[in-house]
Amino acid sequence: MRVDNITLSLAWRNLWRHPRRTWLTVGAMVFSNILLVFMISLQFGMYRVMYDNSLSLITGHLQVQAEGYIDEPRMRSTVPAAGGLANALRQAMPANNVAVRAMAFALVSSAERSLGVQVVGVQPSYEPDVSNLPGLVKQGRFLKASDERAAVIGSSLSRNLKVGLGDELTLFGSGRDGSFAAGIANVVGIFESGSNDIDRSFMQIPLTEFQEVFFMGDQGHSIVVMTPDLFELEPAMSTIRSIVDADGLVVHDWDELQPGLRQSVQADMASAWFMYAVLIVLVAFSVLNTQLMSVLDRTREFGIVMALGLAPIRLGRLVFLETGIMAGLGLLLGVAAGSAVVSWFGFHGFTYPGLEEMSARFNLPGRIYPSASFASLIWGPSVVFLACLAAAIYPAAKLLRLQPVAAMRAA
Amino acid sequence: MTPMPGAVLFRLAWRNLWRNYRRTIIMLAAITLGVWAMLFMTAVMRGMVDDMVQTAVRSLPGHVQIHHPEYRDDPSIANSMPPPDQMLLDALAQAGVVAWAGRVRVPAVITSERDTRGTTLVGIDPEAETGLSFVSDDIVEGRFLGSPDDKGLVVGRKMIDDLETRLGRRVVVMSQDPDNEIVDRGFRIVGVYEANLENLEEAFVFTGRRYAQSMLNMDESISEIAVLGKSYRDVSDLSHLKQLEGSAREVLPWYELDAYLGTMLSTMDGFVLVWIIVVFLTLSFGLVNTLVMAVFERIREIGLMQALGMRPSMILIQVLLETFLLLAVGLAAGNLLAVVSVAALSDGIDLSIVSEAMQWMGVADVLYPALEIRDLVTTNVVVIVLGLLAGLSPAWRASRYQPVEALTKV
Repeated sequence: MRVDNITLSLAWRNLWRHPRRTWLTVGAMVFSNILLVFMISLQFGMYRVMYDNSLSLITGHLQVQAEGYIDEPRMRSTVPAAGGLANALRQAMPANNVAVRAMAFALVSSAERSLGVQVVGVQPSYEPDVSNLPGLVKQGRFLKASDERAAVIGSSLSRNLKVGLGDELTLFGSGRDGSFAAGIANVVGIFESGSNDIDRSFMQIPLTEFQEVFFMGDQGHSIVVMTPDLFELEPAMSTIRSIVDADGLVVHDWDELQPGLRQSVQADMASAWFMYAVLIVLVAFSVLNTQLMSVLDRTREFGIVMALGLAPIRLGRLVFLETGIMAGLGLLLGVAAGSAVVSWFGFHGFTYPGLEEMSARFNLPGRIYPSASFASLIWGPSVVFLACLAAAIYPAAKLLRLQPVAAMRAA
Repeated sequence: MTPMPGAVLFRLAWRNLWRNYRRTIIMLAAITLGVWAMLFMTAVMRGMVDDMVQTAVRSLPGHVQIHHPEYRDDPSIANSMPPPDQMLLDALAQAGVVAWAGRVRVPAVITSERDTRGTTLVGIDPEAETGLSFVSDDIVEGRFLGSPDDKGLVVGRKMIDDLETRLGRRVVVMSQDPDNEIVDRGFRIVGVYEANLENLEEAFVFTGRRYAQSMLNMDESISEIAVLGKSYRDVSDLSHLKQLEGSAREVLPWYELDAYLGTMLSTMDGFVLVWIIVVFLTLSFGLVNTLVMAVFERIREIGLMQALGMRPSMILIQVLLETFLLLAVGLAAGNLLAVVSVAALSDGIDLSIVSEAMQWMGVADVLYPALEIRDLVTTNVVVIVLGLLAGLSPAWRASRYQPVEALTKV
């Protein structure tokens, strides 16, 4: 759009003929922009924590498993020679962290209690690289490679079994071939993950021990891989595929392993965008109203300038320019104020009553820190800007049909 | 001077509203959309939380639960309690109690020839459970338990798949007795249930109460009593049970039993209010603008009316009345639209594309929006009250014009 100085200064002056009206319209934009910038940054911050927390606790970014294990986790669906395969992967992809796990369900008994527990065999030297559970050991320590008959359990489980550090637990379950399996382990560490499900029903023992107790030989159930970037999995996946060429083994990414996660984010985004769309349309209505009024107010004036030979298209351009200036003001002020709000909460964190109780269920912290990025700051206000320009189409189009004589006679 | 009769004032306000019909229609469209969004969004959220609570309440707890004070933290057989005494039975017979059932409920391990899983063994009185929990209605294969002495086992669809077994086959259930001796017993699978959440199908296996008691060597003791009232929203009908709380038993309503859901429900009220106010504030800029313009256009007319003896307070009232009419028409349309759209979706919104996420949050994948009277009332009251507050400033200005100044204004 070609804009000369006269049109620009005309547009500017027109806006300030009714300063109150202009400020109210700009105010609507600024208000919604601040909200959008804050909410979107908050969402980004929350999603990041959601991804990190749910993946780094157990799932990891990628897992090599036997085909079908993901839907029906059976003891006999194993990854053969898992330790050797994990070593090969470590050599091929030094930037990634790799660890073997094996899983079984067992009845775990202490002197006083017996409970069904998910027993996980882990490689003590590699597990801390793929999971943050070892870092969450609050009493005692995590497993060591030299450990024999050692176990790390969750805090609720230790309470329910009425055991502390050094106490002995017995395990009963079924081995890989379905035969009776039994073992003994001493509690060396107690972790507190914050997730009640995990703290109540999870027990980790060294992989070698696990393989012995459950007759697994050198097999495992999954090889967990932690990549440098959870959104850039393709290179790692193709490397893994080239190494893992055995039949019946597959690589799953985190989206397949934990399908609820991405969908939760999507569901949340969808409902958030419904709300944003409503706010944006309301602002657009406000602009439509203002611009239509400002055009109708000036019908006579426009009639005169048209009679003097001004092309209607230039008047349309003028209206767009006025809207553009208002929307630009709204954008600038909105982004500036929004950034200030975001950086304040980015520092102090954002919470509301009840958030802590609700997030605990999903293993999330009770305080969210909005994460400001160029995208999160500019995305919402840009949509508002475009919506406001779109709202000016109708008032501007009205001008094109204006008859100078009739317009000059208008009251 | 006689005050202006209400009818005239009303007619003036109404006509003023339609003098600039374009502006009024745009503003009405904005209010209608805003009110619709307030109500619709609220209905969707309410529907979701409703479903969460109902699913959770049906998946065993009941509206109020009675159990050993330690049972919640340590749901073990050691924390069971004696069967209800006469006092408790009397309390459970009072009006307000729709149904109740005593259960044995202990952690257990279930093993087939193929695999082992952890679960919860629940011993029930089949008749008492009808209407109280989901199991009795949701048997898809085989039969439900017949009596407290039934030796059969009812398991979930997912569990039977996990164990690679099927109806009629035998499985072994292991748990512990009060002396921490491991007890195990073979069960024949007599029924299979389905639940709307997959993990519920793994969470519980059911057998007859008395059979479970004999297996676990616990005599007549039970783990919990679940009580159903008329509605989960209001459990005050069941408050008399709270008086029976003592050192040997704890009485808890569901929202204390499941802090997540309880918080969710109360947070939702706050969220609804915040949402309504945010939408209103976004609207309010346009609303104030419209009123300012409407007053500005009529300065001369207002001056004239004042010169003819209309009192400033009448002008204030007239502008406020105009605001009120604008809001009322917008509210009526918005309410109507919300009621119609919620009614149109009474078959539910299909969320199966994000069903995994829904399972994660404990919601079924069909969502039924629930438009509640109290949300309608809140929305309408908030919009009217805040709307009139927003109209106060332009109305005040209009009433403060000096007649001569206003008359001479071009």
